[in-house]
Amino acid sequence: MEHEITLVVNGTARRVTVPARRLLSDCLRHDLGLTGTHVGCEHGVCGCCTVLLDGEPVRSCLTFAVTVDGRDITTVEGLAPAGGLSAVQRAFAECHALQCGFCTPGFLCTVTALLRDNPAPTDEEVLEGLSGNLCRCTGYQNIAKAVHRAAELLAEES
Amino acid sequence: MTTKLFGEPVRRREDPRLLTGQGRYLDDLGRDALAAAFVRSPHAHARIRDIDVTRALDVPGLVAIYTWEDLPERVARPLPLLIPHPALTHGRTAYPLAREIVRHVGEAVVMVVAADRYAAEDACGLIDVDYEPLKAVVGLEEAVQGAQLVHEDVPGNLGTHFVQEVAGLDGRGAREAIEAAPHTLAFRLDIERSASTPLEGRGVYARWDGRDLRVYSSTQTSSSVRMAVAAALQLPLTQVEVIAPDVGGGFGVKIVHPWPEEVLVPWAAMTLGREVKWAEDRREHFISSAHERGQVHYVRVGFDDDGRVLGLDVTFLHDHGAYTHYGIIVPIITSTQLLGPYKIGAYRVEFSAVYTNTVQVTPYRGAGRPQGAFCMERTMDKIARYLGKDRTVVREVNFIGPDEFPYDQRMIFQDGRPLIYDSGNYPEMLRMIKELIGWDEHVGRPGTGIGIGCYVEGTGVGPYEGGHVQITSDGRVHVSTGLTSQGQGHETVFAQIAATELGVPIERVSVVTGDTRRFGYAVGTFASRAAVVSGSAIALACRKVREKALRIAGDALEADPADLEIEDGVVRVAGAPGATIPLGTVAVLANPLRYAFDEEATRATPFAGAADFDRPPVAEGDEPGLEGRDFYSPIRSTFAAGMHAAIVETDPDTAEIRVVRYAVVHDCGKLINPMLVEGQIHGGVAQGIGGALYERMVYDAHGQLVNASFMDFLMPYATEIPHVETAHLETPSPLNPLGVKGAGEAGVIPVAAVIASAVEDAEGIEIDRMPLSPSELFDLRTARDMK
Repeated sequence: MEHEITLVVNGTARRVTVPARRLLSDCLRHDLGLTGTHVGCEHGVCGCCTVLLDGEPVRSCLTFAVTVDGRDITTVEGLAPAGGLSAVQRAFAECHALQCGFCTPGFLCTVTALLRDNPAPTDEEVLEGLSGNLCRCTGYQNIAKAVHRAAELLAEES
Repeated sequence: MTTKLFGEPVRRREDPRLLTGQGRYLDDLGRDALAAAFVRSPHAHARIRDIDVTRALDVPGLVAIYTWEDLPERVARPLPLLIPHPALTHGRTAYPLAREIVRHVGEAVVMVVAADRYAAEDACGLIDVDYEPLKAVVGLEEAVQGAQLVHEDVPGNLGTHFVQEVAGLDGRGAREAIEAAPHTLAFRLDIERSASTPLEGRGVYARWDGRDLRVYSSTQTSSSVRMAVAAALQLPLTQVEVIAPDVGGGFGVKIVHPWPEEVLVPWAAMTLGREVKWAEDRREHFISSAHERGQVHYVRVGFDDDGRVLGLDVTFLHDHGAYTHYGIIVPIITSTQLLGPYKIGAYRVEFSAVYTNTVQVTPYRGAGRPQGAFCMERTMDKIARYLGKDRTVVREVNFIGPDEFPYDQRMIFQDGRPLIYDSGNYPEMLRMIKELIGWDEHVGRPGTGIGIGCYVEGTGVGPYEGGHVQITSDGRVHVSTGLTSQGQGHETVFAQIAATELGVPIERVSVVTGDTRRFGYAVGTFASRAAVVSGSAIALACRKVREKALRIAGDALEADPADLEIEDGVVRVAGAPGATIPLGTVAVLANPLRYAFDEEATRATPFAGAADFDRPPVAEGDEPGLEGRDFYSPIRSTFAAGMHAAIVETDPDTAEIRVVRYAVVHDCGKLINPMLVEGQIHGGVAQGIGGALYERMVYDAHGQLVNASFMDFLMPYATEIPHVETAHLETPSPLNPLGVKGAGEAGVIPVAAVIASAVEDAEGIEIDRMPLSPSELFDLRTARDMK
C-alpha cells in the first residue's frame, strides 16, 4: 500500500508517495533525487546515511519514510545555501578531512549537530561525537582536527 | 610565483562537490534504470539440483530472471584468470552465475532484474534453489590435507607451488647458510583474513543504445573493464565506453575485474534494451567480493653474534579462497617484499597456495606486504631478544647502506621484473624514527611497551600509464589520464603537476580520470602507482605541449623559443616585459579555423591576418591544436620505504591494548602534496590498526562467514585510532621524471608488526599471530602464568 507523505527537506515541503517499507535513505536518494546522503551498510552502523531529523542526527537507513511524515529533514545538500559552504564544510576542506568522500555527508551532519549543542568540545568530546560514523580512508585524525577548526570558524562567525 | 605548486599542500579540487552532496557515485546515477539483485548461495559448497522461479513470476515489477543456462556461450564462460603465472598450475575462476556447483557462501546463482531494488529482492526471496550440500573446506590446514576438494580436478586443493631462492655471496643456499650459522631460530607466524571494506560497495550501471554500450562501474580500472566487457559481450572495443564515476574507496578490492556483475549487468541492459543498475549491499560485499591477508608462515633464520642474518628460509601457506581470479600476486609480493630494507645473506622462500570454500583472496591495500613485514620484523625482534640486543641495533646491522643503491635483491618482483631498489637511506630513517618516538629515552615499565617496524614497498609498477593535456582557446588546461581515483586526490596532484609544468594557475586546470572516452590506454589504480606512473606521463605530456606552445608563441612574438617562459598562463620573453601572448591565444593560433564562432576563433580564420603562403596552414608533421599526449613506462618499480614506531599500554585486568603514541617516518621520494601524502599515511595506519587489533573474517566449520556485517566485523571508529605523528625523508627516485615514489599503501604495511613488537615489549610474551584481541592476550598471559 502506498502512502502520501510530506517531508520538509532542506526547508522545502516535498510531497511523495511511498510504500510503507520505503527507507528514508531510499526516499531521499531515489524519490527526491537527493543523492548526497549515502548508504554504506543499511544496518545502522556506518553512519554514512546520517541526516538531521528536526535537527537531530538519525540513521536514514533505519528510518521508514512514512514515520517522519511532516517532519523537518536536513541533508548534506541543505547544510549551506546553494553555492556556499558551511563552517563545518569549510573546515573539512581546510583540514583534508575527507578522501573518497562517501562517508563525508554523514560526518558533516553529525558534526553540525555536535557543534550546535557543544560549540567548544574537548578532544575527548570530539572523538565521542564522531564515534558513530565509520571512515575507511582518513584514519579520523583530520576529521577530529576539522571539528576543532569548525568550532573556531563558528566562534568567529557568531 | 603562483604556479610552482609541486610540493605544496594545495587544497583538494575534489572537495567542494564532495562536501555538498554533489559527488556522483555509482548508485547516484541511473535513477530510472531497472535494478538487478542476485540470489546468492547460502552454502559454502553445494551442488545445485534445481532452480525453481515459479513463485517469483508474479512479483509486481519483475522484468527478468536469469540463471547460468540462460546466458549465451561467451557470457557463460568462466571469468578470465587475470594474471596467469607459471606457478599457478591449477588456476580456477568462477562462472558469472554458478554452474552446477557453488564454492562459497555468496556466490551468485540467479540474477533478477526488476523495476526497483525492492521488487528485485522480493523476487530473489521467492526463487527456490534446491542445493545438495557438500563438505566445505575451511582453513589452511584443512585445505592442505586435501581430504575434501574445493575443485574436483585440483588434487590436494593445491593451486600454486612456488620457490624462489637467492644464494649468499659465498654461493651457499639459505638452508646451508642457516645450518652453518652460529645461531638459529625457527617459529611460526600467522595473520588472519581481513578485507578492504570500502564504505561504498561495488556497483555497475549500463546503458545500451542499440549500437554503443556505456558502462559505469565503481572500479579501480575502467580501461580494463572496458576490454573485458567488450570481449565477453563480443562488441568492438570502440563501441564500449567505461567510466569510473566518483568511487567511495577501493583499497584493492575494486581492481578485480570483470566481476560477474560487470559482465551480467551490461549483458542484461543489451538483452532488455533498458538501463540496468546493480549496487552492492554490505552483506554482498562481505560474502561475494574479496578478502585478503590470511597466511601461515614458518620461518627459519640463521644469524651471527651481531644479529646479522646469514640465511633466511620462509615457507608459507596462502589461502586462495574459492577462485584465483586475480592470480597469485599477493603471495608473490609477500615472498619478495619480505626482505624489507635488509641485506639477507641467503634467502629461500617457498609457498603453497590452496583453495578453500571461502570468498576469493585478492589484493587489499598492502597486498601481501603486511604479512611479509610481519615475518621479517618479528624475525628481527626475535634475533634481538635472543642476543639481548636493542631491536634497532639488530635492524641497523642488516640494513642496505645508503651508498649501495641501486641494490639488487636478485629476485623477480610482482611485475615480472628484477627486484632492484632504486634509492633510499635506511640508517637515516632509523635515526629519524628513533628521535620521533624517543626510542632511547623510553623507559619501559610494566604494562607499557615500545615497538618498531620497517618496510620497503615496491611502488609505481608498469607496464605504463598515459596522459593527455589540451589547452583550449579560453586558456584552460584539460588533463586526462586513464587510471581511476578512489579518494587519493588525483584531481589535485595531477593539476599541481600540470600547473607547475605549464606555468598556469591551478584554477585553470581540470583533471579527468578513469573515463575511457577521454583516455583509453591505461592499466589501473593499484600498487601505489598513480602519482608515479600517471603523474610522470602527465608531466611528459605537459612538456610536449609546452614545447609546442613556445614554438608557436616564438613565431608570434618573433622570439627564440629558448628565450620564452610561461607564467600565470602567459608566454613572455624572459627579461623583456611587454612582449607577451596568453596560452589561450597560442591555442587559437595552433588551430587554423575556417569558421568563427567567438571572438578568439575569429583570430584563427583564413582572412584574419598575415599568412605564409609558402606553407600549409598546418605544417607537415604538425597537428592542429595545442595538445599533447605521452606515456610513461617504468623500467621497473620504484621502492618507497618507511619505519613506524609505537608505544602501547596494556590493561593489567582486561588485557585491552591501547596505542598511546604512533610515529611514522616515510620516504616516498619527492612529495607532490605533503598534506595528501599524510592523509594517505593516516588512513593506512588506521587500516593497519584495524588489522592488528580488531578485524578478522570469522568462518565457521561450514564455511559461513559469521561476522558478515559492520556490527560484527570490527572496523575501527575514531575512538580506536591513535594520533599519528609523521616525518618525511625524501630520497628521490632516479627512475621517473618527477623523482616520486608511491605513497598509497605505505601506512598499512608494518602496523601489525609494530603493534606486536610493542605488546611483546610490554608483556614479555612472544606475539606470533595477528590480530590480537584482548581475550587472546588474556589467554597468552594465562598460558604464560601456567608455565
